[in-house]
Amino acid sequence: MNQIYFDNSATTKLDEEVLKEMMPYLTEDYGNASSIYKLGRESRKAIEEARERIAKAIHAEPNEIYFTSGGSEADNTIIRGVAYQYKNKGNHIITSKIEHPAVLETCKQLEKEGFEVSYIGVDEKGRINLEELKNVIKPETILISIMFANNEIGTIQPVDEIGKIAKEHQIIFHTDAVQAVGTLDIDVKDMNIDSLSMSSHKFYGPKGIGALYVRKGIVFQKFMNGGHQERGKRAGTENTAAIVGMGKAIELAYEHVEEHRNHLKELRDYYISQIQERIPYIKINGEPENGLPGLSNISFRFIEGEGILLNLDLKGISASSGSACTSGSLDPSHVLLAIGLPHEIAHGSIRISMGKYNTKEEVDYLIEQMVEIVGRLRAMSPLYEKFLEEEKNGTI
Amino acid sequence: MEPYNEKVIENYANPKNVGKIENADGVGEVGNPVCGDIMRMYLKVENNKIVDAKFQTFGCGAAIASSSVSTEMIKNKTLEEALQITNKDVVNELGGLPPVKLHCSVLAEEAIRKAIADYYSKQGIMSRE
Repeated sequence: MNQIYFDNSATTKLDEEVLKEMMPYLTEDYGNASSIYKLGRESRKAIEEARERIAKAIHAEPNEIYFTSGGSEADNTIIRGVAYQYKNKGNHIITSKIEHPAVLETCKQLEKEGFEVSYIGVDEKGRINLEELKNVIKPETILISIMFANNEIGTIQPVDEIGKIAKEHQIIFHTDAVQAVGTLDIDVKDMNIDSLSMSSHKFYGPKGIGALYVRKGIVFQKFMNGGHQERGKRAGTENTAAIVGMGKAIELAYEHVEEHRNHLKELRDYYISQIQERIPYIKINGEPENGLPGLSNISFRFIEGEGILLNLDLKGISASSGSACTSGSLDPSHVLLAIGLPHEIAHGSIRISMGKYNTKEEVDYLIEQMVEIVGRLRAMSPLYEKFLEEEKNGTI
Repeated sequence: MEPYNEKVIENYANPKNVGKIENADGVGEVGNPVCGDIMRMYLKVENNKIVDAKFQTFGCGAAIASSSVSTEMIKNKTLEEALQITNKDVVNELGGLPPVKLHCSVLAEEAIRKAIADYYSKQGIMSRE
């Protein structure tokens, strides 16, 4: 069966143009970029070109870009690196309740090491409360880490306002922009972003490579000991092919970014409007109109997300859910709970994330399957039957 | 999570005995929506024997598959025989479940017991639980 992929927030398909640009570095140009002979110099040159492309995409300087293994490593590096570097200045970190685990778990680890972390809440759309942010700032605050756009519900945070607040208080502002880079316009200077994480495989680049931008002048302790690579901040022989791929992917992404956003938004809005029209008792999570253009998160009441996912999979469709069942824990997604969804509704949430290769025909197929599957699962749900009975008896 | 085996997939793709029995002789509901699993089992009993069983389930693939095989397992069994069925039997019937999904088989065992207890209490017989 043809596989139809609607999980582009999880990862994306490698662009063939990107692969083509990577191939020489996987075959004949295999030199270690630290070597002085020609093969090594070729690798070095390719890496520095990629660094320039990445810097340009977010309006940074090339020497503010550090390659990492991905978004998680970038988050770990800067949060711990800043905490350890500035611990004599203060031990307080501010983050939000809806961050990616790479940020949340790192903060929890730092709490065990004696740091204090404030986890600020979000409203029902998933936006952080700027007043709350201002209120928790204290003289000991050294770092604010708030994501650019949320991976589960797509809500975009008021990054430039956070940047302003951080700047006013002389606090370092890091943003996990893994979901934003490649789709949204980012200007780290204008937005007063001091540090930013990104991951190549979210924008049709290879997996296992990401980057950390850190504004010049901000000192952070290194995460990986060893060689001198990445200006001594990230030891280990560079993955030249992946770096080249990431550079090409980000350049392609921003060459057509407007077009790309429109394509995603058109498909996503069509999906949401059709689902709204054809399936009752649903809840649209986040704020699609202002959020990531390709992402939708919908709760289907009375049924459980994994059941939907498994049935979609049987029809050749890949999607994602906020249900606990797919993660192995009993609690549903921390993001859906943070926006105030009750457990039983959070359990029935499905994330559809469009990508550049999706077509309207695929979305039509998805809609047909969703209508059928939700209908079938509701027909076997005791919660749905109770609801219909109560409705009939006028008790609700 | 480790993937589901073919037997589990078959049972959530095409579950058997879905629905309710009108005027059932015994009904048992277990689980709660907060945890993401509710299983309701209906029994038709004649001469101490389960002649029909159906279920309604809100839950994941493993919960649906457990409901499907457990209703199959108790059909044409006496109440005493049905009460012998444990969650391990349900797991074996499914050819195994991922460790994080074992609680779904427990839910099936509990639903059977609760439905039979309901039958006993409707008949005025003290529950043997």
